[in-house]
Amino acid sequence: MSTTTKPVNQKAWFLILPVLLCVAFSAILPLMVVVNYSVQDIISTDRRVFVGTEWFAAIMRDEELHGALLRQLIYSFSVLAVELPLGILLALSMPATGWKSSAVLVIVSLSLLIPWNVVGTIWQIFGRTDIGLMGAALQGMGIAYNYTGNANHAWFTVLLMDVWHWTPLVALLGYAGLRSIPDAYYQAASIDGASKFDVFRFVQLPKMRGVLVIAVLLRFMDSFMIYTEPFVLTGGGPGNSTTFLSQFLTQKAVGQFDLGPAAAFSLIYFLIILLFCFVLYNWMQQVGTEPKEGGHA
Amino acid sequence: MARIDLDLAHAYKANPQHDSDYALLPLKMTFEDGGAYALLGPSGCGKTTMLNVMSGLLTPSQGHVLFDGRDMTHATPQERNIAQVFQFPVIYDTMTVAENLAFPLRNRQWPKDKMDQRVGQIAEMLEMSGQLNQRAAGLSADAKQKISLGRGLVRPDVSAVLFDEPLTVIDPHLKWQLRRKLKQIHHELKLTLIYVTHDQVEALTFADQVVVMTRGRAVQVGSPADLFERPSHTFVGNFIGSPGMNFLHAEVDASGLRVGSHVLDAAAALPLGAIKLGIRPEYVALTDAQTPGALPMLVSQVQDVGTHNIVTASHHGQTVKARLSTDSASVKTGSTVWLQVMGAHTCFYKNEEIVA
Repeated sequence: MSTTTKPVNQKAWFLILPVLLCVAFSAILPLMVVVNYSVQDIISTDRRVFVGTEWFAAIMRDEELHGALLRQLIYSFSVLAVELPLGILLALSMPATGWKSSAVLVIVSLSLLIPWNVVGTIWQIFGRTDIGLMGAALQGMGIAYNYTGNANHAWFTVLLMDVWHWTPLVALLGYAGLRSIPDAYYQAASIDGASKFDVFRFVQLPKMRGVLVIAVLLRFMDSFMIYTEPFVLTGGGPGNSTTFLSQFLTQKAVGQFDLGPAAAFSLIYFLIILLFCFVLYNWMQQVGTEPKEGGHA
Repeated sequence: MARIDLDLAHAYKANPQHDSDYALLPLKMTFEDGGAYALLGPSGCGKTTMLNVMSGLLTPSQGHVLFDGRDMTHATPQERNIAQVFQFPVIYDTMTVAENLAFPLRNRQWPKDKMDQRVGQIAEMLEMSGQLNQRAAGLSADAKQKISLGRGLVRPDVSAVLFDEPLTVIDPHLKWQLRRKLKQIHHELKLTLIYVTHDQVEALTFADQVVVMTRGRAVQVGSPADLFERPSHTFVGNFIGSPGMNFLHAEVDASGLRVGSHVLDAAAALPLGAIKLGIRPEYVALTDAQTPGALPMLVSQVQDVGTHNIVTASHHGQTVKARLSTDSASVKTGSTVWLQVMGAHTCFYKNEEIVA
């Protein structure tokens, strides 16, 4: 709160120029290109017509898109519903100290190191009924498992694949949260006569809230944008049972070269994710306590 | 409520060889039922280890912990029925203040009406009645620590309540209040309270009996007056009091007690050889030249601390601090004064232990 008047020097603006340029090229310009596409009908590379909000209106009424959106929402919430409890459970059962904890950490994080398309390929083979371990095993147990033909099987396989791939992330975040709880909390709880469940409910879970908010946001955004894995595994099929939003979008933009509607939908897609993250973040801050503690991830 | 007897030692390392391997050297100690005790010592002296051994968070590597004569060495804190308050506030974030205070009772299946009544009573004592329905996580650090204190005191039937430097995070003004509160609670509830601290003022004002510890050893157990008047170890003399006790190297031979070239007559029979003379700055008095039991000293510093002067003076390189009244104008830096060091309050130490 200095009261001395500082000399006016507008040259400081030049200092933010590099950032401005980076952000412009990495985010603003591409986004504006999409906005530009969304209000035009691109007939060919050199012929285009301005159509205003027509694509937005059309895309909002698109039945296929409604289907894809619904599938996407069910899928993303299923991912959260499975990965969060499972990740917390894993984090709770991981050893805290010694060589065992290092070994477990490495093993748990292995799946996070595998590229998306490889994950898809692994599961494609894993699920095959002739040579795949899971497919053949299920077949052997008398279950007519067929992820390429049965819509439910395909959906569950894609879900299982994501759980396998990403639950470790939730577990690692939860583990980090657990390790940051001072011993005094456990000692106090033990002196207060708290049961194991009480310790989880009143000490561990509230203390993990910060990292779990991050886990929910990351897993929600990632699963909401999932593309490569189902594309490799099922190609969106059978039918459109595993065609999620981004694949639907790609089909429109690249497959059918409907750049206008695809761009309009991209923007809506972007807004949906933004909206969900905003709502989820604020809700999880409310569920916990003061917002200050949320940031220690 | 219980009498606690300790006869144990603890080392965090396996196979301790030297004294330095022990966090707690072999000791025998009794905490009477209903007493207010303080464990006082510098950081790393083993006081928290001793507390954790008593509460059951730590099993001593050798020896026993007895509660009313029953061996509780391997019992959990719950089995010992101990309450403990930690250095930093431990609260349950998602609960309200009232739920936090009631938690130890709820886990012991108290009926709701009795529980509410008890929580109300404790909140009243801690002056938190108005905040009972607030969420605990949003409160300030000292309010949180008051909740921790409350959770420690809420059970009326505990064997003992252990405090591990509980007022570290509290600001000084509130510290006085809370310490008085604890003292008052001790009188009202007649609980055994054991209080760990490195702050002598806290220990001396809180406890009836103070255990002074250093390097894993309990060097003296006594009332605040004992510790002040007759420290049984030079460490206690040094640690208690501000400034601490003065120690002068002296020699006892056939002619009497000698400090430097001066012979002081000694009233008590002292062992021959090197000895340390200890006197509190409060009892060092200004006196006339050549008075028996006094030494000539060169004043090197006069510090006015308001109510009196702290005078630093030296006799052949041995420094003495004296608390003199502010009107002793003759005492100036660079002047030589005679200071009385022999008297009823003078103690003598051989090998750091009191001999007379």
